[in-house]
Amino acid sequence: MSVWDDLVGQERAVEQLTTAAVAARAVVAAGRGAPTGPGSGSAMTHAWLFTGPPGAGQATAARAFAAALQCTSPDLDLGGTPGCGFCDGCHTVLAGSHADVKTVRNDGLSIPVRDMRELVLRASSYPTGGRWSAILLDDAHRLTEQAANALLKGVEEPSPRTVWLLCAPSVQDVLPTIRSRCRLLVLRTPPTAAVADMLVRRDGVDPALADLAARASQGDLDRARRLAVDEQVRSRRADVLRIPLEVADVGGCLTAAQRLVDTAKQDAEQLAGTRDAKETDDLKAAYGASEGLGGRAPRGMAGAIKELEKRQKSRATRTRRETLGVALGELLGFYRDVLALQLGSTGELANEDQRPALQRVAAAGPPESTLRRMEAVLACRTALDRNVDPLLAVEAMTLALRAG
Amino acid sequence: MARKSAPDDLLAPLTLAVGQEELLLDRAVAQVVAAARAADPDTDVRDLAPGALQPGTLAELTTPSLFAERKVVVVRAAQDLAADTVKDVKAYIAAPADEVVLVLVHAGGAKGKGLLDAARKAGAREVACPKMAKAGERLAFVKGEFRTAGRSASEEACRALLDSIGSDLRELAAAVGQLAADTDGPIDEAVIARYYSGRAEATGFEVADLAVTGRTAEALERLRWALAVGQPPTGITYALASGVRSIGRLATAGRGMRPADLARELGMPPWKVDRVRQQMRGWTGDGVATALTAIAAADEAVKGGSDDPAYALERAVVTVSRAARSGRNH
Repeated sequence: MSVWDDLVGQERAVEQLTTAAVAARAVVAAGRGAPTGPGSGSAMTHAWLFTGPPGAGQATAARAFAAALQCTSPDLDLGGTPGCGFCDGCHTVLAGSHADVKTVRNDGLSIPVRDMRELVLRASSYPTGGRWSAILLDDAHRLTEQAANALLKGVEEPSPRTVWLLCAPSVQDVLPTIRSRCRLLVLRTPPTAAVADMLVRRDGVDPALADLAARASQGDLDRARRLAVDEQVRSRRADVLRIPLEVADVGGCLTAAQRLVDTAKQDAEQLAGTRDAKETDDLKAAYGASEGLGGRAPRGMAGAIKELEKRQKSRATRTRRETLGVALGELLGFYRDVLALQLGSTGELANEDQRPALQRVAAAGPPESTLRRMEAVLACRTALDRNVDPLLAVEAMTLALRAG
Repeated sequence: MARKSAPDDLLAPLTLAVGQEELLLDRAVAQVVAAARAADPDTDVRDLAPGALQPGTLAELTTPSLFAERKVVVVRAAQDLAADTVKDVKAYIAAPADEVVLVLVHAGGAKGKGLLDAARKAGAREVACPKMAKAGERLAFVKGEFRTAGRSASEEACRALLDSIGSDLRELAAAVGQLAADTDGPIDEAVIARYYSGRAEATGFEVADLAVTGRTAEALERLRWALAVGQPPTGITYALASGVRSIGRLATAGRGMRPADLARELGMPPWKVDRVRQQMRGWTGDGVATALTAIAAADEAVKGGSDDPAYALERAVVTVSRAARSGRNH
């Protein structure tokens, strides 16, 4: 076992990170700070940007690297590579309890500037364990412009032993000023076989099902696992993939759109149901509000609750968008398969299990209209990002699918 | 004082004016003051602005004076009184002074409910002053105003007045007063049109109703009004979308279904199904597709996607009303 086990099909990235971790050890041994700038020539640097297709495991890679930096295995002195996965350092980082590794994760729509200012302040302190102080920022593309500029302060004037690990879907999602100060680590789309193998090995999934899930997820590990283990997720997918066959008439388009949006709303409500009430109660308890009626609200609690409600609303919107985003991704995959059939490509199909439906749609029109349909799906994604009413955006999409 | 005061006893020791409609609250207070002055011209009226009532103030004001004069004490925004003051007021309510009329102006609702309950329990005379949210209520109000002014006004005249003035009761009352003073004879639509023109209020749903029936010019005019009176553009795209959506869904819903089943299937009340059925004439499937696509584009535009939300809306309205006629010429 090693810290890299959860990375699937990323041999090159693992190699680069291991080299960096070895170099980092040398830096610590020499009592210097992290080499900065492209001219340093070292395999280690103070800021990293992990990018890759959704679900390829950017955050997993960043956490594994952080663990390797904190590795205290006795084998290291005997020429072993950092990241054993057993020692105190590795174990606590992976469990999320290491004192020098701070993980920032935001489940709202954007990361506010206030959070970044606090983080930059923290980044200037020396690691308590004497090795590296690592800051892992998941979803760096959600930084607001102000927040990104605040972060820039930390990244461009690094404290000697602080390592920034930023994760984002693509390089374009991060401000150029930040990008230029980071070393880029691009994860590739994991091959289907590797994903299926992981599902069989780690989750004990039946090989046939694992293969189906790995294909359908198109390289997204989280999604592959959810597809493999959760019956409900699979039936959702079947629902979405029915849409191309339902959009023959306007009524079908409208009903399909309504169903998609309702499902997304349900997801958000389900999440809110399990978390919102508890969070509110916890907050009230923290302020010492008395139970029952007649209790006077403690000073400052109303404001804090309003703040919490704002965060919860932002989270609900994000859940809704993500559910819709997954559905759109599946539709896009469907039409890509249709296009592959129409053009006689021999590449593997993501939706092999849906072959009859794919063939029906492929036979019904020319490749041009398939391309136009894919454009419509992409346009819907853009519209959702621009905050167009979800139902309206999805209706416009299904109607465009009908027109072809 | 457990005895309930009769509603018409204006000089009851305690009057509660409950609600949020400013005009009605003011009238309730004015009535009491007028009645008190009629009974005794030397009545001392103390109208306390919100916050003017401090602990002790009430006792000071209600202590019988040497000259035994009548007093009216008006407490505004009684729901916002501090806890100490509320204690004072409750104590007074339990043992009111002779010759003093106390008027509590309260917004109703949950805030300061303790005081409200205490006053009700003490048998206060209560005047309800709720906001008039429904069009029918406002119409009744205008009619009542004309009647009070001793004038007869036709139903159409009242409606026209509501259209051009809007829903603010104070303005409506002022307009009625002005009309009653300036004109002779019965008041009809022509009279209203001479003094008031234009529209005070226009909603996105009105725009949508005009657009989906293909009345382009009227829809555009109504859109301009709606924007001019400050309707949010996102509400207008929402209304347009739901108008077109209903048509698309009704047109493709199962034929031969019973109206009640149809209404349940579509999630619309039966009267709406009938209305949409009327609007449906002239629409085609492609028309619905074009219209919804245009509205989606407008929704993006009004949410920051373009420089000119008004233009984006106009374009959507034109596209929708053109689509509404797409099936007619063929």
